[in-house]
Amino acid sequence: MKKLIGWIDERLPIVEAFENHMSKYYAPKNFNIWYIFGVLSMVVLVNQLLTGIWLTMSYNPSAENAFSSVEYIMRDVEYGWLLRYLHSVGASAFFVVVYLHMFRGLMYGSYQKPRELIWIFGMTIYLALMAEAFMGYLLPWGQMSYWGAQVIVNLFGAIPYIGEDLALWIRGDYLISGITLNRFFALHVVALPIVILALVVLHILALHTVGSNNPDGIEIKNNKDENGIPKDGIPFHPFYSAHDVVGIVVFLFVFCGVVFFFPEMGGYFLEKPNFEPANPLKTPDHIAPVWYFTPFYAMLRAVPDAFLGVVVMGGAIAILFVLPWLDRSPVKSIRYKGWMSKFALALLVVSFCVLGYLGVVVATPERTMWARILTAVYFAFFILMPWYSKVDKTKPVPERVTG
Amino acid sequence: MKKIIVAIFCSLVSLGALAAGGPSVPMDHIEPDITDQESLQKGLALFTNYCFGCHSLKYARYERAADDLGIPHDIYVENLISGDAKIGELMSISMPEDQAKIWFGSPPPDLTLSARLRGPDWLYNYLRGFYADAKRPYGVNNTVFKDVGMPHVLAELQGVCKDAPHLGVVPEVDPLSGKIVKSSGCDEFSTPGTLSTEEYDEAIYDLVNFLEYVGEPSRLESIGIGRMVLIFLAFLFVFAYFLNKEYWRDIH
Repeated sequence: MKKLIGWIDERLPIVEAFENHMSKYYAPKNFNIWYIFGVLSMVVLVNQLLTGIWLTMSYNPSAENAFSSVEYIMRDVEYGWLLRYLHSVGASAFFVVVYLHMFRGLMYGSYQKPRELIWIFGMTIYLALMAEAFMGYLLPWGQMSYWGAQVIVNLFGAIPYIGEDLALWIRGDYLISGITLNRFFALHVVALPIVILALVVLHILALHTVGSNNPDGIEIKNNKDENGIPKDGIPFHPFYSAHDVVGIVVFLFVFCGVVFFFPEMGGYFLEKPNFEPANPLKTPDHIAPVWYFTPFYAMLRAVPDAFLGVVVMGGAIAILFVLPWLDRSPVKSIRYKGWMSKFALALLVVSFCVLGYLGVVVATPERTMWARILTAVYFAFFILMPWYSKVDKTKPVPERVTG
Repeated sequence: MKKIIVAIFCSLVSLGALAAGGPSVPMDHIEPDITDQESLQKGLALFTNYCFGCHSLKYARYERAADDLGIPHDIYVENLISGDAKIGELMSISMPEDQAKIWFGSPPPDLTLSARLRGPDWLYNYLRGFYADAKRPYGVNNTVFKDVGMPHVLAELQGVCKDAPHLGVVPEVDPLSGKIVKSSGCDEFSTPGTLSTEEYDEAIYDLVNFLEYVGEPSRLESIGIGRMVLIFLAFLFVFAYFLNKEYWRDIH
């Protein structure tokens, strides 16, 4: 075995790679539970790739057969139901862990210098993931697949001058049709997974270059011992690999609980109208996107003008990209920031969650008013950040990491 | 920590508010039990005799239903398959769609996924919601699905209710006489049926139970495998926990 590794290592630096990224990658020793969601998103990504490959073996991407091929997978393919539920619940789980992962970044200032690029790669992954989820949702070819795609693609039509042509170009047809289904299938199973995998590699390479942040927001590299090893750092492997296994098992317990016992999750992971085949002549009473898009959907609906709505929705995602340059706080972690930053972050969480709720339910004048207020709150978090993060009174940051 | 509480609180509030959005028509609630084979078998028989002429189960196979419901193949073929369909075939019907459209206004939908689309409560109430209405082409209307094109196929069992039946009524018992003074159902029948209200409700429960099963036959398998998986993960957790503890013993 040693000889084999030696033989390979002379030709490919596998030992060095393992040391750089695992056994000699020093991570702060004070990670808390919020640091599990990065590794969990990797677990879910692998799950999506593997189950996706097997689903592709039995799925038929045509308007005539897509719906029945999904039912064929659910009934006639051995353990097809399991593959399908792992994939559909996996999609929602992906967003759960990614949202929590992003929240962790916001909380501990993981986007601040020198980690701007990690944040930008992460945001790009999030963007690609939204495209991936949106296109994947069309594939079962149910009513909600169809009309959800219709609504979202029509949004591009709201862009002045080029909008109509752009929407036509995306659909490949004057309405969502089998042509759209085929191209979304190609993008969903080939193009976007490659993009996402490449971005994940960049995200991790950038992370391992500057090193991980931690709940105290202290640079552990500023405090090294005589061997050049950070005093507050421990090798990722075996310490955090052992740590992560515990987290992964707990996650899998919850995940499998949903997969085996509540795969529809009360209509939030698999929407009920999607058990009816797509019908271009029959619009459902109430079109709601899947839960992970609803905060943005609520923002879209809150704006009376279609084009401005698209701008607001796009802006809500775009503004996240520049976050590293909006935060002027001298400290990273929420632990040492003042009340203003804490209050702002709490408001962001509340506005995002409530907007998510408002995006699910039917709009009423009162709800639309709330959606407007909360959209303003969401944007205020970012737009006012250069001001409140600067004037906010911070606490002194300790020299070494705390518990 | 405060943030965690905020996050949990938010998600709970929004989930609770979502759950509150109920149906617009009051409905009786049932708990389907797809492990009750006897009920499923009765439901299948009822479906085959009364529904299968017009409604297909085109994503399901006879054989799977026979196996899952514990019906021997020869008995199934003899009693529940008409025509020369093979037991391995999909449960489709021979009614041409364009003809059906002329007869009923719209072709009778396939019912394989009806329980997943509408929910068992809707089906249970819909099938108990027919009443006489001379203005409709087939002489009946429905409380749950207004102006539905479907005739009251089960009229010979239930009878035809004279006025719209009460559904979703919380039963009330007179404390003095012990008699039920208020309950779901029909006050007066214009045409009597062969079953009593209780018998009919039970038959419909079986039918809906069967539709619930056929919407997701993997559920039977899923519960068993799911339990084993969770038990395995619980064991794995113990080992993972102590392994982690061992590694972290000297880290302070």
